[in-house]
Amino acid sequence: MAKSRSTWKEAAVGMVVPAVAIAIWQMVAMNGWVNPQVLPAPLAVVEKWIAYLLPLQPYDAGQGGWLAWAVSGELIHDALGSMYRVGVGFAIGAGLALPLGLLMGASPRVYAWMNPLVQLLRPIPPIAYIPLSILWFGLGNPPAVFLISLGAFFPVLMNTIAGVRQVDGIYIRAARNLGASGTTLFLRVMLPAAVPYILSGVRIGIGTAFIVVIVSEMIAVNNGLGFRILEAREYFWSDKIIAGMITIGLLGLAIDVAMNRLNNYLLRWHRGLEH
Amino acid sequence: MSINPHIRIDHVSKVFHTAERDVVALQDIVLDIPRGQFVCLLGPSGCGKSTLLNAIAGFAPPSSGQIVADGKVVLEPGPERGMVFQEYALFPWMTVEDNVAFGLEIKGMAKAEIAATVARLLHMLSLHDFRQRYPKDLSGGMRQRVAIARVLALDSPVMLMDEPFGALDALTRRNLQDELLRIWAELKKTIIFVTHSIEEAIYLADRIVVMTYRPGTVKRDLLVELARPRDPADPAFNDLKRELGMLVMEEQQRHHNDELRMAAVD
Repeated sequence: MAKSRSTWKEAAVGMVVPAVAIAIWQMVAMNGWVNPQVLPAPLAVVEKWIAYLLPLQPYDAGQGGWLAWAVSGELIHDALGSMYRVGVGFAIGAGLALPLGLLMGASPRVYAWMNPLVQLLRPIPPIAYIPLSILWFGLGNPPAVFLISLGAFFPVLMNTIAGVRQVDGIYIRAARNLGASGTTLFLRVMLPAAVPYILSGVRIGIGTAFIVVIVSEMIAVNNGLGFRILEAREYFWSDKIIAGMITIGLLGLAIDVAMNRLNNYLLRWHRGLEH
Repeated sequence: MSINPHIRIDHVSKVFHTAERDVVALQDIVLDIPRGQFVCLLGPSGCGKSTLLNAIAGFAPPSSGQIVADGKVVLEPGPERGMVFQEYALFPWMTVEDNVAFGLEIKGMAKAEIAATVARLLHMLSLHDFRQRYPKDLSGGMRQRVAIARVLALDSPVMLMDEPFGALDALTRRNLQDELLRIWAELKKTIIFVTHSIEEAIYLADRIVVMTYRPGTVKRDLLVELARPRDPADPAFNDLKRELGMLVMEEQQRHHNDELRMAAVD
């Protein structure tokens, strides 16, 4: 009882500052102190957001099922497009980075071969690849996915290498004493010991992928949240820009919460985690 | 020298090369350890007792001389010589039962047999109620019980213990010492146990090997003739404690002087 009351209280306290900020914003808008094309009223943004969320056409039983109609809104279409690119790009980037990182971490020889190239490429921001990616892949999903993979690749790679290289020697000694060697030692001791590092790389990689998807949609794609807010600018729809930004924020928050859950589950053995 | 020792430490020396100088950690150690003996290596830090234990385990081969276990020269670590580390070295991503089962899985033992062995050991060490826990949720004493169970699972004839109870409070320590003696009496293992606690050595060992501070040599090798179970309040226990105390303090003093000299050089 006491606990739930205190969480309610905490939530209420947390709402004070946003509520005041929105109230001031609404007041500024209502008094006409700024041009609504520069800063629309919060209520207008909410209205636009709902319109953006809802289906464009009225419900027609002849045109597919009810569910298909319910998700036919522009916002849902854009959000799914963006998430799809993040998903595919991240899967490719992390899917390549993980085995390479494990190899580089475990084998000093592979590390010596690959590390100079990695160090050379790593400081180039994924955004700097935009011209080249369009030259190589044209427009549409392929350049966007390429850029997102790049964004996810390096954080996962660097953390996997560090994770494997920094496995506490005592675990390896204990495992060898118990008779482990070769693949068993790697898969059952070094890999799990590196998981905390790898997961923090995954987290940074997803964050980067989410930044890159917005940018790449502004450049190379005709849908998605990044495209939509840039399109809205052309028509001076500042309410729609802000509605799109709110959607981006909510998706980012959702990804973060999901990563947190995954982290807590996979690292339930790890000390120093809050449950 | 006995005719067929379980472990023969045959003129073992170990030199560590550092940038400034060479450190002779062990110098010409000769020891024969018969099967089933409980030996304590006793000495101040820096006397090479852990170095010797690591050499017996096969982690760090001697610079010269050799170690022979069961008639075979030790070249690498292996489950015939199970090691219990001071810092437990449990795998934190495995539950208690998975830690104990790990060595058996590597051996390729059948699943049902592993489950039975693990269950038996967990009961033996009063860990059964903790079998699903992760090491981070256990106290130091419980963790060291798991580490002992993990080594016992291998059924290795030799147990090497590197100050295993050093980090525990006095009561937990005594409790685990008694537990270890019970297991040793039941399973008849050869135990080589490193400690810097004189009382712990007398309480546990058949034989105490006092080592000198750099270079590590055998200063005194004596058999403890006190009847078991031993009572630390017994006058004979205390006489031995006093005698060993003087030996160890001489070496501790040399260690201290050496540190002062090093500080002066810096």
